[in-house]
Amino acid sequence: MLRFVVRRLALMVPLLVGLSLLLFIWVRALPGDPARALLGQRATERSIAQVTESYGFDRPLIEQYGIYLRSLLTGDFLDSIRTGQPVLDSFVSRFPATVELAIAALLFAVVLGIPLGYVAARNQGRWLDTTVVSGSLLGVATPVFFLAILLKVVFADTLGWLPTSLRQDPRIDATDVTGFAVLDGLLTREFDAAWDALAHLVLPGIALGTIPLAIIVRITRASVAEVMNEDYVRTAESKGLASRVVSRRHVLRNAMLPVATTIGLQAGLLFSGAVLTETVFAFNGVGSYLFTAIGQRDYPVLQGYIIFIAIIYSLINLLVDVLYGVIDPRVRVS
Amino acid sequence: MMPGATGTDVVEAVSGERGTSLWRGALRRLRRNPAALIGAVIVLAFVLLAVVAPLLTPYQPASAQWAGQLTPSSVPGPSGDHPLGLDGFGSDMLTQLLYGARQSLVYGVVSTAIGLTAGAALGVLAGGCGAVLGRVGALVDGAVMRLVDIMLSVPSLLLAVSIAAVLGKNSFAIMIAIGAAQVPIFARLLRSSMLSQGRADYVTAASALGIRRRKIVTHHVLPNSIGPTIVQATLNLATAIIEVAALSYLGLGEDDPAVAEWGRMLVAAQDRFANDPRLAIYPGVAIAITALGFTLFGEALREALDPRTRR
Repeated sequence: MLRFVVRRLALMVPLLVGLSLLLFIWVRALPGDPARALLGQRATERSIAQVTESYGFDRPLIEQYGIYLRSLLTGDFLDSIRTGQPVLDSFVSRFPATVELAIAALLFAVVLGIPLGYVAARNQGRWLDTTVVSGSLLGVATPVFFLAILLKVVFADTLGWLPTSLRQDPRIDATDVTGFAVLDGLLTREFDAAWDALAHLVLPGIALGTIPLAIIVRITRASVAEVMNEDYVRTAESKGLASRVVSRRHVLRNAMLPVATTIGLQAGLLFSGAVLTETVFAFNGVGSYLFTAIGQRDYPVLQGYIIFIAIIYSLINLLVDVLYGVIDPRVRVS
Repeated sequence: MMPGATGTDVVEAVSGERGTSLWRGALRRLRRNPAALIGAVIVLAFVLLAVVAPLLTPYQPASAQWAGQLTPSSVPGPSGDHPLGLDGFGSDMLTQLLYGARQSLVYGVVSTAIGLTAGAALGVLAGGCGAVLGRVGALVDGAVMRLVDIMLSVPSLLLAVSIAAVLGKNSFAIMIAIGAAQVPIFARLLRSSMLSQGRADYVTAASALGIRRRKIVTHHVLPNSIGPTIVQATLNLATAIIEVAALSYLGLGEDDPAVAEWGRMLVAAQDRFANDPRLAIYPGVAIAITALGFTLFGEALREALDPRTRR
């Protein structure tokens, strides 16, 4: 297992080198002088000269790439054009918020999606199945930000059941320990703060989790339906095992493999969706920061965030592959 | 074997016959599937409305002709002249929706075509080489797939955003951006189905009969691998239409005010949502229904082409 993990981590190196090369070309393809593009409106003759000097924009391309690669390895990502904050710092300080939101969205999707998909597969062709499948198709077809706006207007603005925006009520004086608002509230025993942060996660979590929910429902349904036709399920049933045991040990466990892959693949989708959802709910995470960066042509932020997100995405997929071994002993052997 | 018939004839006769029956059978299964019919009706209605839009409305899109009738808190609702009322800029809502359908159709089809063409080229290169060319083929395959991996490591919306940032704000840039974000999906899909077809018995048979490798790929492996790619293209049309709207929301959408576009209508309606929710609901529902139509049809097509569901 350890060798597998190390090998996969080593495989990430060429991927990141390739990505850095693409991003390097990208910055040079941006309209205008690269130093000016990176500095934006703050560009002065002096700052342009400074960036040109430190990034070596006046040197041969191959040398420029060397300088660029070194700056990536040392974590020097320039500063945001808009806020002047170092790109890495802004990511690290907002990342917990997005993780919290993504976990809320995935929990919503998994806790609801697996049972719904299972029930649909068990009732194939009946109205329950049709309803679940149609609902999941509608979930995939609805634009995330439209759904987010609808949820916000109905449940927050009109009915007033849930908070409309932000991560936590600003009137609550919460202690920051880990950056995860709910966890911090529990750790410091400020339960009102934890509860409030949780309430702020409900609507954005549902909006962000709807597409993953729809996908998980369909994969679970297809996978359970396939496993139910397997010989070993028939064998288990015919040797008189209780149907609950067959469902849990034979059907569900085997059907979970494709579902686990799908959950892993949702990570990229969650980042894209977070940009839109966080913006609608003014949720102060990586996504809403990226949204402003896109609007303001904040290229240093875009460049840095794409690399961070690619690293995290690859790590999540590695984690999924490791979890495979835990779920399925056959994978462990090979 | 018939006297005078060459090995090629036999292989072509056999594979040709299977090819037709696969698609004919798929069509038969599609006709029996209610979801496919609903999807097809939505898709056809969408295409038809988009094509004949100018015949259905006497007005021009984005004309802001009735801007004088707007007040900060209200937008005139349905009336005899405007069956769906006005939009937030004083144009006819129905006209905006119809012309928006045109725009979505063009965006969806062109960007998916771009993604499909480029992705298929990469996929065929990787899969074709990997399937029949031995060690050199495996090298080409590996190189192409690493490029695809890099593209897949960036979420597609971010990829589209990065490309749109380079190309600027115009229809062309949007279509390239969304198309490029689809490239890795198509490349990967076509490659994997070509590689699995490459291991099939009929490929061994064809090469045993002395048919050239290039011909095996173009005449046998490719036609048999194309099914999943077509299904994916149908599903991607839905994604493309939604992503155009998302780009609009991010401020990277169509910049020309004379073009009606659902995503931009939705974004513009946000400020008036509390007073006039219909301004957002019309374009939002239009996007959702169109995307649903393509998804329903694509899913049904996938089922119809799946060998496991064939009778």
